[in-house]
Amino acid sequence: MVIRELSGLILTRGPKLCNFVEWKGYKVVYRRYASLYFCMGIDADDNELEILEIIHHFVEILDRYFGSVCELDLIFNFHKAYYILDEILIAGELQESSKKTVARLIAAQDSLVETAQEQANSISNMIAQATK
Amino acid sequence: MAGGSSSSTASTPSLVDSLFQRSLDDLIKSLRSQLAGTEPVLLSRALAEIRREIRSSDPDTKAIALQKLTYLSSLYGLDASWAAFHALELLPSSSLLHKRLAYLAASLSFHPSTTDVIPLSTHQLRKDLSPSSPPHFSSLALHLLSLSASPDLARHLAPDLLPLLSPRSSPPSPLRPKAAAVALRALSLCPDVVPLLFKPLVDCLSSPDPRVVSAAVGAFAELASSGDPSPYLHLAPEFYRVLADSRSNWILIKLLKIFARLAPLEPRLAARLVDPLCDLLRRSSAQSLVFECVRTVFSGLPDHDRAVRLAVDKVREFLASADDPNLRYLGLRALSMLGPPHSWAVEESREAVTRSLADPDPNIRREALRLIMGMVFDSNVFEISILLVNYALKSDPIFANDILDAVLTTCGRNVYELIVDFDWYVSLLGEMARNPHCTRGEEIERQLVDIGLRVRDARPELVRVARDLLIDPALLGNPFLCRILSAAAWVSGEYVEFSRKPLELVEALLQPRTSLLPPLVRAVYIQAVFKVIVFCFNTYIDQLEISQLSSLGNSTTGGASSVIESKSAAAASCIADGITGIESNDGIATGDKPASLFSSMENKDPFTYESLTKMLILIETAVDLLAENDEVEVQERARNVLGLIHMLREVPTWKTEEQGFIKDNRIGEIVNLLQSMFSEELGPVSVNAQKRVPVPEGLVLEENLANLAWTLAEDDTAPSMSISFSLRSHQHGETKDDAVSSVQSTSLLAEHRKRHGLYYLPAEKDETESNDYPRANDPLLPASQGDASEDLVRLTDQSMIPRKVKHSKPRPVVIKLDEGDAVLTSPLTAVKESKDDLLSGAIHDVLLGKEGKPSSSQKRYLDKSSQRRVKDVSDNGESISLSKENLDLGDKEHRSSGSRRSKHRSHGKERHRSPQKNEEKEEKNHRNSTRSSHHHERHKHRQRGEALLNVAPQAPVIQDFLL
Repeated sequence: MVIRELSGLILTRGPKLCNFVEWKGYKVVYRRYASLYFCMGIDADDNELEILEIIHHFVEILDRYFGSVCELDLIFNFHKAYYILDEILIAGELQESSKKTVARLIAAQDSLVETAQEQANSISNMIAQATK
Repeated sequence: MAGGSSSSTASTPSLVDSLFQRSLDDLIKSLRSQLAGTEPVLLSRALAEIRREIRSSDPDTKAIALQKLTYLSSLYGLDASWAAFHALELLPSSSLLHKRLAYLAASLSFHPSTTDVIPLSTHQLRKDLSPSSPPHFSSLALHLLSLSASPDLARHLAPDLLPLLSPRSSPPSPLRPKAAAVALRALSLCPDVVPLLFKPLVDCLSSPDPRVVSAAVGAFAELASSGDPSPYLHLAPEFYRVLADSRSNWILIKLLKIFARLAPLEPRLAARLVDPLCDLLRRSSAQSLVFECVRTVFSGLPDHDRAVRLAVDKVREFLASADDPNLRYLGLRALSMLGPPHSWAVEESREAVTRSLADPDPNIRREALRLIMGMVFDSNVFEISILLVNYALKSDPIFANDILDAVLTTCGRNVYELIVDFDWYVSLLGEMARNPHCTRGEEIERQLVDIGLRVRDARPELVRVARDLLIDPALLGNPFLCRILSAAAWVSGEYVEFSRKPLELVEALLQPRTSLLPPLVRAVYIQAVFKVIVFCFNTYIDQLEISQLSSLGNSTTGGASSVIESKSAAAASCIADGITGIESNDGIATGDKPASLFSSMENKDPFTYESLTKMLILIETAVDLLAENDEVEVQERARNVLGLIHMLREVPTWKTEEQGFIKDNRIGEIVNLLQSMFSEELGPVSVNAQKRVPVPEGLVLEENLANLAWTLAEDDTAPSMSISFSLRSHQHGETKDDAVSSVQSTSLLAEHRKRHGLYYLPAEKDETESNDYPRANDPLLPASQGDASEDLVRLTDQSMIPRKVKHSKPRPVVIKLDEGDAVLTSPLTAVKESKDDLLSGAIHDVLLGKEGKPSSSQKRYLDKSSQRRVKDVSDNGESISLSKENLDLGDKEHRSSGSRRSKHRSHGKERHRSPQKNEEKEEKNHRNSTRSSHHHERHKHRQRGEALLNVAPQAPVIQDFLL
């Protein structure tokens, strides 16, 4: 519902307009990267330009992680995008301004997950074979 | 493949399910390759699949099901709250893969207020937060807490945050910044944990790690902006140190937010901030930081001219940046933060501001409009409104209506407090109605009627404007205008005595294109006709009586006025010159009409027998058609009118000669009766009138009416029947007409057209075709954008600075009700307030303990070692209440640290105050001096009355009490 109304509001805006819209008493900051739009709803006293920079920061990290990020990357790996976002923002505050640190943290988690996954796969394979 | 296997296992997930489970990728692909229109089917099938799989005992199956659900809920907006328990089930998993998915699903499906399984997660979260578990796990737990913690959860887990926050754990936890952010959440959710968490959070400020400092500063910025900032005032030295040391823009922006809140509380802090701020403003290349500085200066240091000057210059740079709409937008936003004392700043950049009204970005236009409307005062409301309304003619429909909205709200604010010349304003309303884009009919309607009720002096002009609107056949086809026309019809009916040509009014009200109006508006039209008939006859009779009296030999004025005592003075005035005695007449209807009216009415045609007969025929012809109208309201009113005409016709003598007319006074009686019905003046009704009606004794309002439902059910078909019955029974001798009227209607219509050719287009054939009647007031040529902005710049010729203007005319009386009613605050804000109080109160307590000073009454005094000042804690922020009934000055005199935010919430605070009264009494002798000044202030407040309710009073000054 929120997404539908907001995208209707934002997508109709032309390219040379400002990046802020007001919507139901919230301020929404959006930024467009090719076909991708990133939106953040913020408080009245938040700094809009700072939010734009945060969005850009996030996109740069995504770009680095996926290698020139595109829509499909995010659709098929939406949970990874969430994990990355979690490393950047917590409780609505920017907590990590270093791209390298974020990349390192995510890579560490990924390698942990991979090993776990390999184990899991082997176990389930064993079970699968046992039940045949 | 999943479909085939699922048929055998209806509800319980089987091994087969987990073996052949669709992965997330499969799901995404199937959704993306769908045919148009099948999405709902696919989604519900996928959801059914997930519901089955999610109950599997195999963690892999469950995890993938959860993952699919999170995908669907975040991209397709499906509800995931039902899966909260399943997410919870997966939390204890030791595999990071599962744990991540589980936490993600939990954060998406938990809603702190509605999810009842949240308490079940306490144990697992505590386990994951413990220092012995891997940092990845703790990080996940922190994220969940930051997103969906409930107050209970925050309370129970606060101790577990301590090891993560503490600087003493070696090595310092890498999660300290996250823990600081979560501590903020916990603090704001549950003030009880302040004693535990606040001090570690303060310690974070002095951490060598900039990430920790950043997180802590962010947390304080959030705390200071969400509640009362005064508790953080004595952390100011700490913040100031960080401001001096830090080079990170992220941290500086957050710090500036804190200072923007603190500076108004403490003049000395503000003075010390000027230098670093000016420095940043000059040197920083980051626009976000510059903008934050500007905002800090505007909101925190409005009294330091040097800083304001510099900030205003920066804003002008913003406004002038042609290629960056963001900066233009923010520049306008920043300017609107400045209050009226700094209107010179807007004045300086007025050209840029007015040019922005023609900006391609609608948001910038709206912001510029908002800024301009903020600069409206009673001295310039005239110029600005006229220019804006003219500009609205040329702008696009949406913005034109924004402009109209802005003008309507600004001018109508607080019972038209800005308007001095109501004649002008009423005609402005008329112009707005003629704007081809106008869709604000309802508000214009409301204001037209409202002014009619409240401002007696504006009525003649109101009737004139209404006449112009009514008489224009082009306006009738516009569905947005019908509300305005309804108001115009009502006004001209109700105040018909000011109408110059009632006959013309009748023709306007009955013109054929009124058939385009919605039935309810038509009903108003017909009712207006009714009032006009009554008025005309009343005037006519008065006219006859007076001429008779004067022919009787100019009897004494006393005699004359006794005869016509109950007659309308205004009506009398339009007949005879030289009857000066009548001006002393104190008639019921119009006794206190101002004398200026009489001159305006002199040129009105006196009614003659012929003109009245003509009018009756006209009315009868037009209204006859409506007697059979399908709409009840129209039908009923039409029949009322016909009934009246019928009744007047039945009196035979009035046709014969004027002498007989007076003798047989039946017609006079009828007309008098009806006139007295309409002569009682309608007044505005207080919003709270209903509440003031005492509940009659024995009336139980709370009683359940459910058992009366059967009566409704039985009556279901009754209404239409009963209405037609009652109508018929009241009309005598009408049935015959009814039968033929439909036959006659076509011929009557033709006749009508012949007479009112002016209302028709030459080629018009059918009533329905006339809907596309061209608007009479289409803008002649769509002006180019450049022209428009040139026009706008002309606005800049007018100063926006308030100046004193001598009003040639005194402001007419505006009837106001509800004084003081508007200050009622919703219970919601009161609740929020109490929470804020709890939090800031708790923080005060902690700070008190930290300072280690003894205090006589806990949480009332705070010795600020650095500044040697005592501030009243629990009452801080309390403003001088404007509620009239509370005259107890004893507890009013506080002062308060003057946070402007608290102004509109003072009512919420009243309830917290009572326990403190005793303490206040003890202090009274310290305050004698301040009391007198407050006395004075309160008087002023009362004099200015409710004008103050909307205008924020000046922030009270902090008072120093040295103990």
